[in-house]
Amino acid sequence: MIRARDLRKHFKVHRRPPGLAAAVKSVFHRTYDLVKAVDGVSFTIERGERVGFLGPNGAGKTTTLKCLSGLLHPTSGDVEVENFVPQKREADFLRRITLVMGQKQQLIWDLPPADTYAMNRALFDVPQAQFDATMKELSDLLDLGELITKPTRQLSLGERMKCELACALLHRPTTLFLDEPTIGLDVSMQLAIREFIRAYNQRHEATVLLTSHYMDDVVALCPRVIVIDGGTIIHDGDLRGLVKTMHPGKLVSFTLGGPVAEDAIASLGDVIRREGARIVLQVSDAKLKDVVAHLLATLPVTDLSVEDPPLEDVMRAMFKDKAVGLAATQPVEAEA
Amino acid sequence: MSLRATLRAVPTLLRIGVAETVAYRAEFLVWMLTTTLPLVMLGLWTSVASEQPFHGYSSPDFVAYYLATLIVRNLTGSWVVWQINEEVRHGQMSMRLLRPVHPFIQYGVSHVAAVPLRGLVALPIAAIMLFTTARESMSHDAAQVLLFIPSIVAAWLLTFAFLFALGSFAFFLDKAMSLMEVYFGVFAILSGYLIPLSLLPSWLRTLADWLPFRFMLSVPVEILTSRSLGAGRAAELVAAQWIWAAGVLALALTLWRAGVKRFEAVGQ
Repeated sequence: MIRARDLRKHFKVHRRPPGLAAAVKSVFHRTYDLVKAVDGVSFTIERGERVGFLGPNGAGKTTTLKCLSGLLHPTSGDVEVENFVPQKREADFLRRITLVMGQKQQLIWDLPPADTYAMNRALFDVPQAQFDATMKELSDLLDLGELITKPTRQLSLGERMKCELACALLHRPTTLFLDEPTIGLDVSMQLAIREFIRAYNQRHEATVLLTSHYMDDVVALCPRVIVIDGGTIIHDGDLRGLVKTMHPGKLVSFTLGGPVAEDAIASLGDVIRREGARIVLQVSDAKLKDVVAHLLATLPVTDLSVEDPPLEDVMRAMFKDKAVGLAATQPVEAEA
Repeated sequence: MSLRATLRAVPTLLRIGVAETVAYRAEFLVWMLTTTLPLVMLGLWTSVASEQPFHGYSSPDFVAYYLATLIVRNLTGSWVVWQINEEVRHGQMSMRLLRPVHPFIQYGVSHVAAVPLRGLVALPIAAIMLFTTARESMSHDAAQVLLFIPSIVAAWLLTFAFLFALGSFAFFLDKAMSLMEVYFGVFAILSGYLIPLSLLPSWLRTLADWLPFRFMLSVPVEILTSRSLGAGRAAELVAAQWIWAAGVLALALTLWRAGVKRFEAVGQ
């Protein structure tokens, strides 16, 4: 279980304007700003839950993950992970958790992953039989095969990420902090990693807290999302609930088989997109049934689908004017 | 992690450490070249003392001194400040901190693993030369020479702990490597790395006696080469080395703890 109560992490950041004069001045007189990266965050995540942690760049997601994994000491507030205080970084705590940071690697660059695995086995004091069994399981799930005997520097990004994930899970942690685990990977590799995370979660009843700029990761994996902005939580709950709150209604997509007057369509709902004969309308839940019936009965519709709005649209609406950096197109279809 | 579990991890860590050292061959060769300063000093001082002893040092005495210095430096050299500094700056420190074995042990074992290979070329040559050409200038007291073993271990621990403490400043400063340059300047003079301490002005020699640098290098060199030291005095010096090592180790671990607490890996 993960519990954060009024968690705050503030940083003192040195500010200096550009230019030589400012550089010289900063030698004698430094000015600091207080950055409230996390400012009073509270939540509880039960064992076995998969939770998405969303927010624009600089919202405090990674800082929170680092506080939860014991890398950062909170400025104030309480954090508890599997009944441990993370910042004490006790050995038993470290054996129960893992932190995967998509942009950081722990594999030794010039040695094959197998050597880093052996090193981690020793560092985490994993019995040889358990290590062999876990290695086989991870190898099957991630299709590692020959990869683990090639020097890390010779692996592609996707191959390396698979090996990194295996490395992070060799000690069978029961709490997974995943910070952008699929960053930079192609679509098929993202899919493979997602499937793997789900399988690991189900097999080991592991708790997963995931941040990702790929909304598909969150949609596919996390029935619950916590949205953070400016260091504070602005939503904590069901993914569909979030979509409903921010973007009430459904998207009705259809293709016309012949010409239709503009007015006939605009009167049915908001036209979100129109590409040739393909039209996407946003329709309120109350009118949905009537609109669909009307479309099928009166217009030359050749195909029609009804979907929830994509999560990235919801996020963009939430964080207007902020760098959200989202990438995905899949409509919301979170699976428990 | 328990001591027993940590000890169980050591053989694997050593094996990986050796594999890593072998993987970085070019870097390694460059490092070895940087430890040849004693050979340069050897050439300089043997020519100074070629006709008559200089302040009691004959030409073979200088040969013995600098070869012993080369051996000690090879066995005790540490690059942990550079490692810590790089890992803090580039974010790998986060990964290291998530392992349940103290980083002092992790870095320490990787250093020990590198010793055989780092000493592979320099050590045999230096040892052979020492025991052939400069044998007469070495200590003939067997008990004293035997004390070289606890002395070199203490020198390694003291040097490593001192540099680990210095590396801990990477948590507080943007560039801890600049401290390393200051350190090396002081170390080179006050440890006997550049010139034997007995050739320093008396006030500087007194200062050297009260600082840890002499115990990092000069003491094991003196134990190996001084004919006037005696086993009793050598034992006292080794004891002083261990006291220094324990004190600096405690300081290093305290600094590390404070540094980690302050670790602010923003955006890393």
